[in-house]
Amino acid sequence: METLLLSRIQFAANISFHILFPTITIALGWVLLFFKIRYNQTRQERWMDAYRFWVKIFALSFALGVVSGITMSFQFGTNWPGFMEKVGNIAGPLLAYEIMTAFFLEAVFLGIMLFGFSRVPNWLHTTATFLVAFGTMMSAFWIIVLNSWMHTPQGFEMIDGVAHATDWWAIIFNPSMPYRFAHMVLASFLTVSFLIAGISAFRWLIGGRTEGVRVALKTAVYAAALLIPLQILLGDFHGLNTKEYQPAKVAAMEGNWETDTGVPLVLFALPDEEARENRFEIAIPKLASFILTHDWNGEVKGLNDFIGENGEVLHPPVNPVFWSFRVMVGTGLLMLLVSWGASAMMLRKSRGVEGLPRPVLYVLVGMSFSGWVATLAGWYTTEIGRQPWLVQGVMSTKEAVADVPAPMVLSTLIAYLAVYAVLMVAYISVIFYLARRMSRGERIDPRTPQSEAAVARAVPAE
Amino acid sequence: MNTFGDPTVWLPFVFAALMGVSILIYVVLDGFDLGVGILFPFADDSEKDRMIASIGPFWDANETWLVLAVGLLLVAFPAAHGEILTALYLPVTIMLIGLILRGVAFEFRAKAPAPHKDAWNTAFFAGSLMTSLSQGFMLGMYIMGLEWSWAHAGFGLLTAVFLTVGYSFIGATWVIHKTDEYLQRKAVDWAKGGIWGLVLGIAAISLATPYVSDRIFDKWFSWPSFLYLSPLPILSGILVVWLWWMLRRMPFYGDRRSWLPFAAATALWVMAFGGMAYSFYPYVVPEKLTIYDAASAPESLFIILIGTCIVLPTIMAYTVLAYTIFRGKATELRYD
Repeated sequence: METLLLSRIQFAANISFHILFPTITIALGWVLLFFKIRYNQTRQERWMDAYRFWVKIFALSFALGVVSGITMSFQFGTNWPGFMEKVGNIAGPLLAYEIMTAFFLEAVFLGIMLFGFSRVPNWLHTTATFLVAFGTMMSAFWIIVLNSWMHTPQGFEMIDGVAHATDWWAIIFNPSMPYRFAHMVLASFLTVSFLIAGISAFRWLIGGRTEGVRVALKTAVYAAALLIPLQILLGDFHGLNTKEYQPAKVAAMEGNWETDTGVPLVLFALPDEEARENRFEIAIPKLASFILTHDWNGEVKGLNDFIGENGEVLHPPVNPVFWSFRVMVGTGLLMLLVSWGASAMMLRKSRGVEGLPRPVLYVLVGMSFSGWVATLAGWYTTEIGRQPWLVQGVMSTKEAVADVPAPMVLSTLIAYLAVYAVLMVAYISVIFYLARRMSRGERIDPRTPQSEAAVARAVPAE
Repeated sequence: MNTFGDPTVWLPFVFAALMGVSILIYVVLDGFDLGVGILFPFADDSEKDRMIASIGPFWDANETWLVLAVGLLLVAFPAAHGEILTALYLPVTIMLIGLILRGVAFEFRAKAPAPHKDAWNTAFFAGSLMTSLSQGFMLGMYIMGLEWSWAHAGFGLLTAVFLTVGYSFIGATWVIHKTDEYLQRKAVDWAKGGIWGLVLGIAAISLATPYVSDRIFDKWFSWPSFLYLSPLPILSGILVVWLWWMLRRMPFYGDRRSWLPFAAATALWVMAFGGMAYSFYPYVVPEKLTIYDAASAPESLFIILIGTCIVLPTIMAYTVLAYTIFRGKATELRYD
């Protein structure tokens, strides 16, 4: 394989592994703040119990997010030097603001949030929890701004082949940013809802039927049931926005080759990129036109419109985009079914968690990480859907790649993948291990022997 | 080039200075927690827990300075960022995998089932070692002008070992400050064992840098700059002797001055770094690309600078807050 493809796979591997953890921490930070505030209001131990359990998952996810994020900041230089050389004047300030306003905020206050409960006044601990949650959100904001700008660039001019910013407001609030940001934040909350529901169902099944588990399970299932329709609606808006600015991506998502009116919605097909047609197509007449233009006979652009004069393909590879999109939508619909079904069972005669039969609990356990599947599939859809561009219409991906020998890229790729595989197994098994210990009623604080002479000097309260 | 009223001159200079400060803060702060990792095999199980406790609340933020330094290189000097990191592709990857391993081991060793704890301790040590060795190697290659040859790689290996031992030294001085009794005495011994790495490392770099480049040689050894610069090596020498004298008598009665070795080590670090910065200025890629050639457009740098002027003092303030809250001897690290 050549350097370009290997570099793309390496970047995809690194950023896929990385995004898993922010997806959890973005929303989990706010959930923890919610637990903490409920504790402050009620002084009920169950809220602090929930806090203490989930803050450990947060710490673990945060650490994985930080270290895999450091990798990302180097990948620009090691594999894609052309990117910063051409659009660095725009990407640079956005990344700088991410590091300065968000990264430091979360990293510094995380220490206080994790280890400071008995060392600082309660209000400062709550503030630290807020600042960490806020920092994580800001971090997501700046990264999404840059990413969205790469999809819908504006507010710049090209001088001697280098992009120069002309309007920062236009750059930050570029057309796809609000949709992408909202879509991602909701994805994060859904991921966390299903994670909390799944792990709580697991604890419930193995006999850890405490008040804390009951509250967490109920909250998570209801939250998921409320958020998933919003997310589906938002996804639709995002799709309409994409149709306007990146019609080739939508054509690949829909498997639509020819520009036409009254385009059918393809449910299943095997897109054949050689023959440029779909095989074994199952479609609903006119529905794609209706969804995308809100008119049964609306015109939708097809992939064949994106062929250059000399036969150059200027649309994304169809199969990966087509299938990623279906995995995302499928997972979303499954989430809708499960969360609404489980909510209905819990609401029926107000039976609560007791209203959930064992098979439903097993399904919830099975869907603990379903948010990851949907999030990754969504990102693959939008990112592969931007190809062959790195910055839509401004710079192609192959322009940016570093001239590093392919074997070097391959060997480092294998090293990354090996590390990630081990960490993935360790991460998931440690979460279930902590849940099992918790269900047996054990303390799961890492107790370290305290030296008799070592006396913590507490900070004077306020 | 001499008109500092011109934004294409003073902006790159300010950003080079900011980047330098970030790297310096990084090597001191992450230096000590990497050093603690390197010293892991010399400690028993309960000592390992205390050493971890001494860096627990800080390591995340410490590593963020690396992200800031690389970020500033990326945003202010994009051309140099590509050139440097592509040349150092392999050591960068090793460093990143090392950082990943030690970062996660930190969490996993406390949360994984007890039988796995040893494995995560090993991962913490191995990750810290990989990180320091590759950083040292990159330092050596950078000094040699990022040109790959056997001789340069050999020098890189030498600086890799020196920087690793140097990190273990500053790590040991941190443990001296944050612990007491038996572990503290042990850390004094570690510091005495590690100080040579720092001394030899500084010496090797000081000798090699002017040898590699005539320009740097002239900067140091021409009259009268030689006179102005002479306090740097003299002060460093005095500091080393004083550190050695102090370490042989530590710990002092009532744990007085336990912070001094760390402070002295930091001062040594600062002087060595200052010397290097002086040597390489105005180049960001040695002898190839100056900060003025590599800089981003002034309007972009200006946008970043506004943010930096507001945010950097804030970061400093809450970093100081965190260090104040977790000051004193390291105790049990608990979530409540």
